[in-house]
Amino acid sequence: MSQLIFERSVTGRRGIRLPDYDCPAVNLDDTQLRSTTPRLASVSEVDVTRHYMALSRQAFGVDNGFYPLGSCTMKHNPKINDHMASLAGFTGIHPTQNLETVEGALELMDGLQRDLCEVTGMDAFTLQPSAGAHGEFTGLLLIRAYHQSRNDTKRTKVIVPDSAHGTNPASANMAGYSVVSIPSNPQGGVDVEALKAVLSDEIAALMLTNPNTLGLFDPNIAQIADLVHQVGGLLYYDGANLNAIMGQVRPGDMGFDVVHLNLHKTFSTPHGGGGPGSGPVGVKGLLMPFLPEGTLIDKTYPKLPKSIGRMRSYFGNFLVNVRAYTYIQSLGGEGLAEASFMAVLNANYLMERLKAHYPVAYPGTCMHEFVLSLQDLKDSTGVRAMDLCKAMLDNGIHPPTMYFPLIVHEALMIEPTETESKETLDDFADMMIGFKEKAISDPDFFKNAPYTTPVKRVDDVLAARKPILKASL
Amino acid sequence: MKRLYLPSHEWVLADQAPHAVGISDHAQHALGDIVFVVLPAVGDPVTQGERFGDVESVKAVSELISPLSGKVVAVNEALLSAPETLNQDPLGTWIIQVEGTVNEASLIDEATYLAMDKD
Repeated sequence: MSQLIFERSVTGRRGIRLPDYDCPAVNLDDTQLRSTTPRLASVSEVDVTRHYMALSRQAFGVDNGFYPLGSCTMKHNPKINDHMASLAGFTGIHPTQNLETVEGALELMDGLQRDLCEVTGMDAFTLQPSAGAHGEFTGLLLIRAYHQSRNDTKRTKVIVPDSAHGTNPASANMAGYSVVSIPSNPQGGVDVEALKAVLSDEIAALMLTNPNTLGLFDPNIAQIADLVHQVGGLLYYDGANLNAIMGQVRPGDMGFDVVHLNLHKTFSTPHGGGGPGSGPVGVKGLLMPFLPEGTLIDKTYPKLPKSIGRMRSYFGNFLVNVRAYTYIQSLGGEGLAEASFMAVLNANYLMERLKAHYPVAYPGTCMHEFVLSLQDLKDSTGVRAMDLCKAMLDNGIHPPTMYFPLIVHEALMIEPTETESKETLDDFADMMIGFKEKAISDPDFFKNAPYTTPVKRVDDVLAARKPILKASL
Repeated sequence: MKRLYLPSHEWVLADQAPHAVGISDHAQHALGDIVFVVLPAVGDPVTQGERFGDVESVKAVSELISPLSGKVVAVNEALLSAPETLNQDPLGTWIIQVEGTVNEASLIDEATYLAMDKD
Protein backbone atom coordinates (compact mmCIF):
# COMPACT_ATOMS: atom_id res chain seq x y z
CA MET A 1 0.00 0.00 0.00
CA SER A 2 1.20 3.52 -0.67
CA GLN A 3 1.71 6.14 2.01
CA LEU A 4 -1.05 8.47 3.10
CA ILE A 5 -0.46 12.13 2.33
CA PHE A 6 -0.14 12.69 6.10
CA GLU A 7 2.66 10.18 6.26
CA ARG A 8 4.59 12.26 3.74
CA SER A 9 4.21 15.35 5.93
CA VAL A 10 7.39 17.05 7.22
CA THR A 11 7.01 19.89 9.70
CA GLY A 12 7.70 23.23 8.06
CA ARG A 13 7.62 22.02 4.48
CA ARG A 14 5.15 23.78 2.23
CA GLY A 15 4.09 24.11 -1.36
CA ILE A 16 4.02 27.85 -1.83
CA ARG A 17 5.57 30.79 -0.01
CA LEU A 18 3.26 33.72 0.57
CA PRO A 19 4.63 37.27 0.48
CA ASP A 20 4.92 39.24 3.70
CA TYR A 21 1.81 41.11 4.86
CA ASP A 22 1.62 44.59 3.44
CA CYS A 23 -1.50 45.60 5.32
CA PRO A 24 -2.20 46.14 9.04
CA ALA A 25 -2.83 42.95 11.05
CA VAL A 26 -6.22 42.45 12.69
CA ASN A 27 -6.36 40.99 16.17
CA LEU A 28 -9.15 38.46 16.70
CA ASP A 29 -10.29 37.58 20.19
CA ASP A 30 -10.06 34.04 21.53
CA THR A 31 -13.70 33.18 20.75
CA GLN A 32 -12.95 33.60 17.06
CA LEU A 33 -9.74 31.61 17.03
CA ARG A 34 -9.31 27.84 16.86
CA SER A 35 -7.79 26.33 19.94
CA THR A 36 -5.80 23.79 17.91
CA THR A 37 -4.13 24.16 14.56
CA PRO A 38 -5.85 22.37 11.69
CA ARG A 39 -4.42 18.94 10.88
CA LEU A 40 -3.08 19.47 7.40
CA ALA A 41 -0.18 17.71 5.74
CA SER A 42 2.97 19.84 5.35
CA VAL A 43 4.16 18.85 1.90
CA SER A 44 5.69 20.46 -1.16
CA GLU A 45 3.88 20.81 -4.46
CA VAL A 46 5.95 18.06 -6.04
CA ASP A 47 5.09 15.73 -3.13
CA VAL A 48 1.39 16.37 -3.65
CA THR A 49 1.63 15.91 -7.40
CA ARG A 50 3.49 12.62 -7.16
CA HIS A 51 1.23 11.36 -4.39
CA TYR A 52 -1.95 11.82 -6.39
CA MET A 53 -0.39 10.72 -9.67
CA ALA A 54 0.65 7.49 -7.95
CA LEU A 55 -2.88 6.99 -6.61
CA SER A 56 -4.40 7.65 -10.03
CA ARG A 57 -2.22 4.90 -11.52
CA GLN A 58 -3.64 2.45 -8.99
CA ALA A 59 -7.21 3.21 -10.05
CA PHE A 60 -8.95 1.46 -12.93
CA GLY A 61 -11.60 2.96 -15.17
CA VAL A 62 -13.14 2.37 -18.55
CA ASP A 63 -10.38 4.56 -20.03
CA ASN A 64 -7.84 1.95 -18.80
CA GLY A 65 -9.39 -1.20 -20.20
CA PHE A 66 -12.36 -3.51 -20.76
CA TYR A 67 -14.94 -3.13 -17.99
CA PRO A 68 -17.83 -5.57 -18.63
CA LEU A 69 -19.55 -4.87 -15.30
CA GLY A 70 -23.07 -6.24 -15.79
CA SER A 71 -25.97 -3.85 -15.19
CA CYS A 72 -23.59 -0.89 -14.97
CA THR A 73 -23.21 -0.14 -18.70
CA MET A 74 -19.57 0.89 -18.57
CA LYS A 75 -19.50 2.25 -22.11
CA HIS A 76 -16.87 4.65 -23.40
CA ASN A 77 -17.64 8.26 -22.49
CA PRO A 78 -16.93 10.33 -25.61
CA LYS A 79 -14.49 13.16 -24.87
CA ILE A 80 -16.69 15.68 -26.65
CA ASN A 81 -19.05 15.34 -23.65
CA ASP A 82 -16.32 16.67 -21.36
CA HIS A 83 -15.44 19.40 -23.81
CA MET A 84 -19.02 20.68 -23.83
CA ALA A 85 -19.25 20.43 -20.04
CA SER A 86 -16.13 22.58 -19.71
CA LEU A 87 -17.52 25.51 -21.74
CA ALA A 88 -17.40 28.70 -19.70
CA GLY A 89 -21.07 29.38 -20.38
CA PHE A 90 -21.90 26.27 -18.36
CA THR A 91 -19.13 26.24 -15.74
CA GLY A 92 -19.21 29.96 -14.98
CA ILE A 93 -22.86 30.29 -14.00
CA HIS A 94 -24.36 30.23 -10.54
CA PRO A 95 -27.61 28.49 -9.57
CA THR A 96 -29.05 31.62 -7.96
CA GLN A 97 -28.60 33.79 -11.06
CA ASN A 98 -31.76 35.26 -12.51
CA LEU A 99 -33.30 32.90 -15.06
CA GLU A 100 -33.08 35.46 -17.86
CA THR A 101 -29.29 35.41 -17.53
CA VAL A 102 -28.98 31.62 -17.95
CA GLU A 103 -31.22 30.99 -20.91
CA GLY A 104 -28.66 28.74 -22.58
CA ALA A 105 -28.66 26.41 -19.58
CA LEU A 106 -32.46 26.40 -19.49
CA GLU A 107 -32.56 25.64 -23.21
CA LEU A 108 -30.24 22.68 -22.66
CA MET A 109 -32.22 21.25 -19.74
CA ASP A 110 -35.48 21.72 -21.63
CA GLY A 111 -34.01 19.99 -24.68
CA LEU A 112 -32.70 17.11 -22.58
CA GLN A 113 -36.08 16.64 -20.90
CA ARG A 114 -37.81 16.57 -24.29
CA ASP A 115 -35.31 14.07 -25.70
CA LEU A 116 -35.68 11.80 -22.67
CA CYS A 117 -39.47 11.96 -23.07
CA GLU A 118 -39.07 10.91 -26.70
CA VAL A 119 -36.75 8.00 -25.86
CA THR A 120 -38.95 6.68 -23.05
CA GLY A 121 -42.47 7.58 -24.15
CA MET A 122 -43.12 9.69 -21.07
CA ASP A 123 -44.93 13.05 -20.81
CA ALA A 124 -42.57 14.97 -18.51
CA PHE A 125 -39.16 14.65 -16.87
CA THR A 126 -37.47 16.03 -13.80
CA LEU A 127 -33.68 16.32 -13.83
CA GLN A 128 -33.39 16.68 -10.05
CA PRO A 129 -32.46 13.19 -8.82
CA SER A 130 -28.71 12.74 -8.36
CA ALA A 131 -28.45 9.10 -9.41
CA GLY A 132 -30.43 5.90 -9.95
CA ALA A 133 -31.53 4.99 -6.43
CA HIS A 134 -32.40 8.63 -5.76
CA GLY A 135 -34.55 8.46 -8.89
CA GLU A 136 -36.25 5.31 -7.62
CA PHE A 137 -37.04 7.00 -4.32
CA THR A 138 -38.39 10.05 -6.18
CA GLY A 139 -40.56 7.85 -8.43
CA LEU A 140 -42.02 5.98 -5.47
CA LEU A 141 -42.83 9.22 -3.65
CA LEU A 142 -44.67 10.33 -6.81
CA ILE A 143 -46.66 7.09 -6.80
CA ARG A 144 -47.45 7.56 -3.13
CA ALA A 145 -48.59 11.15 -3.66
CA TYR A 146 -50.82 10.01 -6.53
CA HIS A 147 -52.60 7.34 -4.45
CA GLN A 148 -52.93 9.68 -1.47
CA SER A 149 -54.41 12.43 -3.64
CA ARG A 150 -57.20 9.98 -4.47
CA ASN A 151 -57.67 9.03 -0.79
CA ASP A 152 -56.59 5.56 -1.81
CA THR A 153 -54.79 4.84 1.44
CA LYS A 154 -55.06 1.05 1.51
CA ARG A 155 -52.11 0.66 -0.86
CA THR A 156 -49.18 -0.25 1.38
CA LYS A 157 -47.29 -2.77 -0.77
CA VAL A 158 -44.89 -2.68 -3.69
CA ILE A 159 -44.17 -5.81 -5.75
CA VAL A 160 -40.57 -6.53 -6.71
CA PRO A 161 -39.38 -9.61 -8.67
CA ASP A 162 -36.59 -11.74 -7.16
CA SER A 163 -34.24 -10.79 -10.01
CA ALA A 164 -34.49 -7.06 -9.19
CA HIS A 165 -31.64 -4.77 -8.22
CA GLY A 166 -31.37 -4.54 -4.43
CA THR A 167 -32.07 -0.83 -4.63
CA ASN A 168 -35.70 -1.53 -5.66
CA PRO A 169 -36.86 -3.06 -2.36
CA ALA A 170 -34.66 -0.60 -0.46
CA SER A 171 -36.27 2.40 -2.19
CA ALA A 172 -39.77 1.00 -1.67
CA ASN A 173 -39.00 0.53 1.99
CA MET A 174 -37.65 4.09 2.32
CA ALA A 175 -40.84 5.39 0.71
CA GLY A 176 -42.84 3.67 3.45
CA TYR A 177 -43.98 0.59 1.57
CA SER A 178 -43.67 -3.05 2.48
CA VAL A 179 -42.14 -5.21 -0.22
CA VAL A 180 -43.72 -8.28 -1.78
CA SER A 181 -41.18 -10.43 -3.63
CA ILE A 182 -42.33 -12.62 -6.52
CA PRO A 183 -40.35 -15.44 -8.15
CA SER A 184 -39.09 -15.65 -11.72
CA ASN A 185 -40.53 -18.22 -14.11
CA PRO A 186 -38.31 -20.94 -15.63
CA GLN A 187 -37.53 -18.64 -18.58
CA GLY A 188 -36.27 -15.92 -16.23
CA GLY A 189 -39.22 -13.53 -16.64
CA VAL A 190 -41.95 -12.52 -14.20
CA ASP A 191 -44.00 -15.53 -13.04
CA VAL A 192 -47.40 -14.21 -14.14
CA GLU A 193 -49.37 -16.67 -11.98
CA ALA A 194 -47.33 -15.66 -8.92
CA LEU A 195 -47.99 -12.02 -9.80
CA LYS A 196 -51.74 -12.63 -10.04
CA ALA A 197 -51.68 -14.31 -6.63
CA VAL A 198 -50.33 -11.17 -4.90
CA LEU A 199 -52.34 -8.53 -6.80
CA SER A 200 -54.97 -6.73 -4.77
CA ASP A 201 -56.20 -3.24 -3.92
CA GLU A 202 -53.31 -3.04 -1.43
CA ILE A 203 -50.73 -2.89 -4.24
CA ALA A 204 -49.31 0.58 -4.90
CA ALA A 205 -46.95 -0.44 -7.71
CA LEU A 206 -44.89 -3.08 -9.44
CA MET A 207 -41.21 -2.22 -9.96
CA LEU A 208 -39.71 -3.85 -13.02
CA THR A 209 -36.44 -3.77 -14.92
CA ASN A 210 -36.98 -4.75 -18.57
CA PRO A 211 -34.81 -6.29 -19.85
CA ASN A 212 -34.17 -7.68 -16.40
CA THR A 213 -30.90 -8.42 -14.61
CA LEU A 214 -30.64 -11.75 -16.44
CA GLY A 215 -30.45 -9.74 -19.68
CA LEU A 216 -33.86 -11.01 -20.80
CA PHE A 217 -36.72 -8.97 -22.24
CA ASP A 218 -40.00 -10.02 -20.64
CA PRO A 219 -42.34 -11.05 -23.47
CA ASN A 220 -45.36 -10.83 -21.14
CA ILE A 221 -44.86 -7.16 -20.34
CA ALA A 222 -48.15 -5.99 -21.89
CA GLN A 223 -50.13 -8.57 -19.90
CA ILE A 224 -48.20 -7.74 -16.71
CA ALA A 225 -48.94 -4.02 -17.15
CA ASP A 226 -52.64 -4.73 -17.70
CA LEU A 227 -52.87 -6.95 -14.63
CA VAL A 228 -51.28 -4.32 -12.36
CA HIS A 229 -53.38 -1.49 -13.79
CA GLN A 230 -56.57 -3.54 -13.40
CA VAL A 231 -56.15 -3.56 -9.61
CA GLY A 232 -55.31 0.17 -9.57
CA GLY A 233 -51.54 -0.19 -9.16
CA LEU A 234 -48.93 1.74 -11.12
CA LEU A 235 -45.90 0.47 -13.04
CA TYR A 236 -42.40 1.62 -12.18
CA TYR A 237 -39.66 1.17 -14.80
CA ASP A 238 -36.12 0.81 -13.49
CA GLY A 239 -34.08 2.28 -16.35
CA ALA A 240 -30.83 0.53 -15.40
CA ASN A 241 -30.99 -1.60 -18.54
CA LEU A 242 -32.35 0.96 -21.00
CA ASN A 243 -29.16 0.56 -23.05
CA ALA A 244 -30.65 -2.62 -24.51
CA ILE A 245 -33.80 -1.00 -25.91
CA MET A 246 -32.98 2.68 -26.46
CA GLY A 247 -34.49 3.72 -29.79
CA GLN A 248 -36.16 0.32 -30.27
CA VAL A 249 -39.08 0.18 -27.82
CA ARG A 250 -40.30 2.61 -25.16
CA PRO A 251 -41.21 1.95 -21.51
CA GLY A 252 -44.14 4.35 -21.90
CA ASP A 253 -45.55 2.21 -24.70
CA MET A 254 -45.09 -0.94 -22.60
CA GLY A 255 -47.48 0.56 -20.02
CA PHE A 256 -45.08 2.03 -17.47
CA ASP A 257 -46.25 5.12 -15.58
CA VAL A 258 -42.94 6.29 -14.13
CA VAL A 259 -39.33 5.65 -15.11
CA HIS A 260 -35.92 6.59 -13.83
CA LEU A 261 -32.89 6.67 -16.11
CA ASN A 262 -29.23 6.38 -15.23
CA LEU A 263 -27.60 8.98 -17.47
CA HIS A 264 -24.22 7.69 -16.23
CA LYS A 265 -25.05 4.33 -17.81
CA THR A 266 -27.10 4.68 -20.96
CA PHE A 267 -26.16 8.23 -21.90
CA SER A 268 -22.40 7.93 -21.52
CA THR A 269 -21.68 10.26 -18.63
CA PRO A 270 -18.89 9.14 -16.28
CA HIS A 271 -19.70 6.92 -13.34
CA GLY A 272 -17.01 8.85 -11.54
CA GLY A 273 -15.63 7.70 -8.23
CA GLY A 274 -19.09 6.78 -7.06
CA GLY A 275 -20.53 9.94 -8.52
CA PRO A 276 -21.84 12.26 -9.49
CA GLY A 277 -24.40 10.44 -11.55
CA SER A 278 -27.76 11.66 -12.73
CA GLY A 279 -31.07 9.86 -12.33
CA PRO A 280 -33.83 11.82 -14.09
CA VAL A 281 -37.39 10.64 -13.53
CA GLY A 282 -40.02 10.61 -16.26
CA VAL A 283 -43.75 10.36 -15.69
CA LYS A 284 -47.01 9.96 -17.52
CA GLY A 285 -49.48 12.82 -17.25
CA LEU A 286 -51.27 11.42 -14.21
CA LEU A 287 -48.14 11.93 -12.07
CA MET A 288 -47.14 15.36 -13.40
CA PRO A 289 -48.87 17.42 -10.67
CA PHE A 290 -46.66 15.76 -8.04
CA LEU A 291 -43.24 16.37 -9.65
CA PRO A 292 -40.53 17.77 -7.34
CA GLU A 293 -40.30 21.50 -6.69
CA GLY A 294 -37.53 22.83 -8.88
CA THR A 295 -38.61 20.87 -11.96
CA LEU A 296 -38.23 22.85 -15.17
CA ILE A 297 -41.55 23.10 -17.00
CA ASP A 298 -41.71 25.19 -20.18
CA LYS A 299 -38.32 26.73 -19.33
CA THR A 300 -39.45 28.10 -16.01
CA TYR A 301 -39.77 26.83 -12.44
CA PRO A 302 -43.45 27.08 -11.57
CA LYS A 303 -44.89 26.57 -8.08
CA LEU A 304 -46.28 23.05 -7.91
CA PRO A 305 -48.93 23.00 -5.14
CA LYS A 306 -49.23 19.20 -5.08
CA SER A 307 -45.49 18.58 -5.37
CA ILE A 308 -43.71 15.92 -3.32
CA GLY A 309 -41.23 18.70 -2.49
CA ARG A 310 -37.62 19.19 -3.40
CA MET A 311 -35.45 16.12 -3.87
CA ARG A 312 -32.20 18.08 -3.69
CA SER A 313 -30.80 21.57 -3.98
CA TYR A 314 -31.00 23.52 -7.21
CA PHE A 315 -31.19 21.79 -10.59
CA GLY A 316 -29.65 18.33 -10.32
CA ASN A 317 -26.11 17.45 -11.41
CA PHE A 318 -26.16 20.00 -14.19
CA LEU A 319 -22.81 19.29 -15.87
CA VAL A 320 -23.62 15.58 -15.98
CA ASN A 321 -26.80 16.51 -17.79
CA VAL A 322 -24.77 18.64 -20.24
CA ARG A 323 -22.73 15.52 -21.07
CA ALA A 324 -25.84 13.39 -21.62
CA TYR A 325 -27.41 16.01 -23.88
CA THR A 326 -24.18 16.19 -25.88
CA TYR A 327 -24.28 12.41 -26.31
CA ILE A 328 -27.88 12.45 -27.51
CA GLN A 329 -27.25 15.33 -29.90
CA SER A 330 -24.09 13.79 -31.34
CA LEU A 331 -25.70 10.41 -31.98
CA GLY A 332 -29.17 11.54 -32.99
CA GLY A 333 -32.20 9.25 -32.97
CA GLU A 334 -30.76 6.76 -35.43
CA GLY A 335 -27.43 6.72 -33.64
CA LEU A 336 -29.09 5.91 -30.30
CA ALA A 337 -30.98 3.03 -31.93
CA GLU A 338 -27.76 1.76 -33.50
CA ALA A 339 -25.99 1.94 -30.13
CA SER A 340 -28.56 -0.32 -28.45
CA PHE A 341 -28.52 -2.66 -31.46
CA MET A 342 -24.74 -3.00 -31.21
CA ALA A 343 -24.90 -3.44 -27.41
CA VAL A 344 -27.21 -6.43 -27.88
CA LEU A 345 -25.12 -7.81 -30.76
CA ASN A 346 -21.90 -7.58 -28.72
CA ALA A 347 -23.48 -9.35 -25.74
CA ASN A 348 -24.84 -12.16 -27.92
CA TYR A 349 -21.51 -12.56 -29.71
CA LEU A 350 -19.66 -12.91 -26.42
CA MET A 351 -22.29 -15.28 -25.00
CA GLU A 352 -22.06 -17.50 -28.09
CA ARG A 353 -18.29 -17.70 -27.75
CA LEU A 354 -18.46 -18.62 -24.05
CA LYS A 355 -21.53 -20.81 -23.73
CA ALA A 356 -19.77 -24.09 -24.59
CA HIS A 357 -17.30 -23.43 -21.76
CA TYR A 358 -19.50 -21.95 -19.03
CA PRO A 359 -23.24 -22.67 -18.70
CA VAL A 360 -25.51 -19.71 -19.47
CA ALA A 361 -27.99 -19.40 -16.58
CA TYR A 362 -31.01 -18.79 -18.83
CA PRO A 363 -30.12 -19.91 -22.37
CA GLY A 364 -31.55 -18.20 -25.43
CA THR A 365 -30.94 -14.90 -27.16
CA CYS A 366 -29.93 -12.28 -24.61
CA MET A 367 -30.29 -8.52 -24.67
CA HIS A 368 -27.40 -6.26 -23.61
CA GLU A 369 -25.99 -8.64 -20.97
CA PHE A 370 -26.01 -12.29 -19.97
CA VAL A 371 -25.38 -14.32 -16.85
CA LEU A 372 -23.06 -17.31 -16.61
CA SER A 373 -23.14 -19.78 -13.73
CA LEU A 374 -19.75 -21.03 -12.52
CA GLN A 375 -21.32 -23.53 -10.12
CA ASP A 376 -20.09 -26.52 -12.18
CA LEU A 377 -16.56 -25.09 -12.26
CA LYS A 378 -16.63 -24.57 -8.49
CA ASP A 379 -17.91 -28.10 -7.89
CA SER A 380 -15.30 -29.72 -10.13
CA THR A 381 -12.22 -27.56 -9.40
CA GLY A 382 -12.94 -25.53 -6.26
CA VAL A 383 -12.35 -22.33 -8.26
CA ARG A 384 -15.09 -19.83 -7.43
CA ALA A 385 -16.42 -16.94 -9.52
CA MET A 386 -14.53 -14.67 -7.12
CA ASP A 387 -11.21 -16.45 -7.82
CA LEU A 388 -11.65 -16.27 -11.57
CA CYS A 389 -12.38 -12.55 -11.30
CA LYS A 390 -9.23 -11.95 -9.27
CA ALA A 391 -7.18 -13.49 -12.09
CA MET A 392 -8.79 -11.10 -14.61
CA LEU A 393 -7.17 -8.19 -12.76
CA ASP A 394 -3.75 -9.45 -13.83
CA ASN A 395 -4.94 -9.23 -17.45
CA GLY A 396 -5.95 -5.57 -17.12
CA ILE A 397 -9.66 -6.33 -17.21
CA HIS A 398 -12.23 -5.17 -14.70
CA PRO A 399 -14.24 -8.26 -13.66
CA PRO A 400 -17.93 -8.60 -14.49
CA THR A 401 -20.58 -8.29 -11.77
CA MET A 402 -20.31 -11.28 -9.42
CA TYR A 403 -22.86 -13.15 -7.32
CA PHE A 404 -25.75 -11.21 -8.83
CA PRO A 405 -28.55 -11.74 -9.63
CA LEU A 406 -28.96 -13.75 -6.45
CA ILE A 407 -31.08 -16.42 -8.14
CA VAL A 408 -28.03 -17.67 -10.10
CA HIS A 409 -25.30 -19.56 -8.21
CA GLU A 410 -21.71 -18.40 -8.74
CA ALA A 411 -23.08 -15.80 -11.13
CA LEU A 412 -20.99 -13.73 -13.52
CA MET A 413 -23.04 -11.02 -15.19
CA ILE A 414 -21.35 -9.75 -18.32
CA GLU A 415 -22.25 -6.55 -20.18
CA PRO A 416 -19.72 -5.64 -22.89
CA THR A 417 -21.60 -2.53 -24.20
CA GLU A 418 -21.63 -1.30 -27.80
CA THR A 419 -18.37 0.62 -27.59
CA GLU A 420 -16.09 -2.45 -27.47
CA SER A 421 -14.53 -3.79 -30.64
CA LYS A 422 -14.67 -7.41 -31.83
CA GLU A 423 -10.95 -7.67 -30.99
CA THR A 424 -11.61 -6.74 -27.35
CA LEU A 425 -14.48 -9.23 -27.13
CA ASP A 426 -12.33 -11.97 -28.67
CA ASP A 427 -9.47 -11.25 -26.27
CA PHE A 428 -11.87 -11.56 -23.33
CA ALA A 429 -13.41 -14.76 -24.68
CA ASP A 430 -9.96 -16.29 -25.31
CA MET A 431 -8.92 -15.38 -21.78
CA MET A 432 -12.07 -16.95 -20.28
CA ILE A 433 -11.66 -20.15 -22.30
CA GLY A 434 -8.01 -20.34 -21.24
CA PHE A 435 -9.05 -19.81 -17.61
CA LYS A 436 -11.34 -22.84 -17.81
CA GLU A 437 -8.45 -25.09 -18.86
CA LYS A 438 -6.13 -23.62 -16.26
CA ALA A 439 -8.75 -23.99 -13.51
CA ILE A 440 -8.76 -27.72 -14.20
CA SER A 441 -4.97 -28.12 -14.42
CA ASP A 442 -3.89 -25.59 -11.75
CA PRO A 443 -6.75 -24.42 -9.49
CA ASP A 444 -4.35 -22.97 -6.90
CA PHE A 445 -3.23 -20.38 -9.44
CA PHE A 446 -6.67 -18.76 -9.14
CA LYS A 447 -6.93 -19.02 -5.38
CA ASN A 448 -3.87 -16.78 -4.94
CA ALA A 449 -4.53 -14.30 -7.77
CA PRO A 450 -4.03 -11.43 -8.46
CA TYR A 451 -0.24 -11.30 -8.72
CA THR A 452 0.57 -8.01 -10.47
CA THR A 453 -1.80 -5.47 -8.90
CA PRO A 454 -0.67 -2.86 -6.32
CA VAL A 455 -2.84 -4.64 -3.73
CA LYS A 456 -2.74 -8.46 -3.90
CA ARG A 457 -5.43 -10.86 -2.60
CA VAL A 458 -7.32 -9.17 0.22
CA ASP A 459 -9.01 -11.03 3.06
CA ASP A 460 -12.56 -9.83 2.44
CA VAL A 461 -13.99 -12.03 5.19
CA LEU A 462 -11.68 -10.58 7.84
CA ALA A 463 -12.33 -7.07 6.53
CA ALA A 464 -16.08 -7.58 6.88
CA ARG A 465 -15.97 -9.33 10.24
CA LYS A 466 -13.35 -7.14 11.92
CA PRO A 467 -13.44 -3.85 10.05
CA ILE A 468 -11.05 -1.09 11.08
CA LEU A 469 -13.16 1.97 10.44
CA LYS A 470 -10.85 4.73 11.65
CA ALA A 471 -7.20 5.53 11.67
CA SER A 472 -5.42 8.21 13.64
CA LEU A 473 -3.29 10.43 11.48
CA MET B 1 -35.36 -33.77 18.32
CA LYS B 2 -37.84 -32.85 15.63
CA ARG B 3 -36.27 -30.37 13.19
CA LEU B 4 -38.61 -28.91 10.55
CA TYR B 5 -37.65 -26.66 7.62
CA LEU B 6 -38.92 -23.85 5.45
CA PRO B 7 -38.17 -23.93 1.69
CA SER B 8 -36.11 -20.77 2.38
CA HIS B 9 -33.73 -22.93 4.48
CA GLU B 10 -34.54 -21.92 8.07
CA TRP B 11 -35.19 -24.66 10.64
CA VAL B 12 -37.20 -24.81 13.87
CA LEU B 13 -37.11 -27.39 16.63
CA ALA B 14 -40.77 -28.37 16.89
CA ASP B 15 -40.65 -30.55 19.99
CA GLN B 16 -38.86 -28.16 22.40
CA ALA B 17 -40.40 -25.04 23.89
CA PRO B 18 -39.33 -22.33 23.48
CA HIS B 19 -38.58 -23.23 19.88
CA ALA B 20 -35.03 -22.71 18.61
CA VAL B 21 -34.71 -21.29 15.07
CA GLY B 22 -31.63 -21.45 12.83
CA ILE B 23 -30.46 -21.94 9.25
CA SER B 24 -29.63 -25.15 7.41
CA ASP B 25 -26.23 -26.46 6.39
CA HIS B 26 -27.24 -25.89 2.78
CA ALA B 27 -28.01 -22.23 3.58
CA GLN B 28 -24.66 -21.54 5.23
CA HIS B 29 -22.88 -23.30 2.38
CA ALA B 30 -24.74 -21.32 -0.30
CA LEU B 31 -24.19 -18.02 1.53
CA GLY B 32 -20.47 -18.57 2.00
CA ASP B 33 -18.60 -16.80 4.81
CA ILE B 34 -21.17 -15.08 7.00
CA VAL B 35 -19.84 -11.74 8.24
CA PHE B 36 -22.77 -10.02 9.93
CA VAL B 37 -26.13 -10.86 11.47
CA VAL B 38 -29.10 -8.56 12.16
CA LEU B 39 -31.19 -9.87 15.05
CA PRO B 40 -34.59 -8.94 16.47
CA ALA B 41 -35.01 -7.91 20.12
CA VAL B 42 -36.37 -10.09 22.90
CA GLY B 43 -40.12 -9.48 23.03
CA ASP B 44 -40.50 -8.79 19.31
CA PRO B 45 -43.36 -10.62 17.58
CA VAL B 46 -42.50 -12.90 14.66
CA THR B 47 -44.85 -14.17 11.98
CA GLN B 48 -44.48 -17.39 10.06
CA GLY B 49 -43.24 -16.66 6.53
CA GLU B 50 -42.06 -13.14 7.39
CA ARG B 51 -38.60 -11.65 7.94
CA PHE B 52 -37.17 -11.58 11.46
CA GLY B 53 -33.58 -10.61 10.67
CA ASP B 54 -30.79 -10.72 8.08
CA VAL B 55 -27.59 -12.62 7.48
CA GLU B 56 -24.86 -10.95 5.48
CA SER B 57 -22.14 -12.88 3.69
CA VAL B 58 -19.34 -11.55 1.52
CA LYS B 59 -21.66 -12.17 -1.44
CA ALA B 60 -25.00 -10.75 -0.37
CA VAL B 61 -27.48 -9.90 2.38
CA SER B 62 -30.28 -12.44 2.82
CA GLU B 63 -33.45 -12.23 4.86
CA LEU B 64 -34.12 -14.64 7.69
CA ILE B 65 -37.68 -15.92 7.48
CA SER B 66 -39.48 -17.16 10.56
CA PRO B 67 -40.76 -20.75 10.45
CA LEU B 68 -43.37 -20.01 13.14
CA SER B 69 -45.44 -17.24 14.67
CA GLY B 70 -44.98 -16.12 18.24
CA LYS B 71 -42.77 -13.98 20.44
CA VAL B 72 -38.97 -13.85 20.60
CA VAL B 73 -37.87 -14.92 24.11
CA ALA B 74 -34.12 -15.27 23.51
CA VAL B 75 -31.62 -13.92 20.99
CA ASN B 76 -28.18 -15.42 20.34
CA GLU B 77 -26.17 -12.25 20.81
CA ALA B 78 -22.88 -14.15 20.57
CA LEU B 79 -23.52 -14.20 16.81
CA LEU B 80 -22.96 -10.44 16.67
CA SER B 81 -19.27 -10.87 17.48
CA ALA B 82 -18.85 -14.40 16.07
CA PRO B 83 -21.15 -14.77 13.02
CA GLU B 84 -18.84 -17.50 11.69
CA THR B 85 -20.47 -19.89 14.21
CA LEU B 86 -23.33 -20.17 11.71
CA ASN B 87 -20.87 -21.51 9.11
CA GLN B 88 -19.14 -23.85 11.53
CA ASP B 89 -22.15 -25.45 13.20
CA PRO B 90 -25.42 -24.39 11.53
CA LEU B 91 -27.57 -27.08 13.14
CA GLY B 92 -26.09 -26.57 16.59
CA THR B 93 -26.42 -22.77 16.47
CA TRP B 94 -29.80 -21.24 17.20
CA ILE B 95 -30.39 -17.63 16.15
CA ILE B 96 -33.54 -16.90 18.13
CA GLN B 97 -35.86 -18.82 20.45
CA VAL B 98 -39.57 -18.28 20.01
CA GLU B 99 -42.54 -18.91 22.25
CA GLY B 100 -45.38 -19.88 19.95
CA THR B 101 -47.04 -22.64 18.03
CA VAL B 102 -45.33 -24.60 15.28
CA ASN B 103 -47.68 -25.31 12.41
CA GLU B 104 -46.04 -28.62 11.60
CA ALA B 105 -48.18 -29.40 8.55
CA SER B 106 -46.91 -26.24 6.81
CA LEU B 107 -43.23 -27.15 7.23
CA ILE B 108 -40.91 -29.72 5.65
CA ASP B 109 -39.59 -32.69 7.66
CA GLU B 110 -35.84 -33.18 7.84
CA ALA B 111 -35.58 -36.25 5.58
CA THR B 112 -37.64 -34.57 2.85
CA TYR B 113 -35.68 -31.31 3.18
CA LEU B 114 -32.32 -33.04 2.86
CA ALA B 115 -33.49 -34.97 -0.19
CA MET B 116 -34.96 -31.86 -1.85
CA ASP B 117 -33.48 -30.37 -5.01
CA LYS B 118 -32.44 -27.04 -3.48
CA ASP B 119 -31.67 -23.72 -5.10
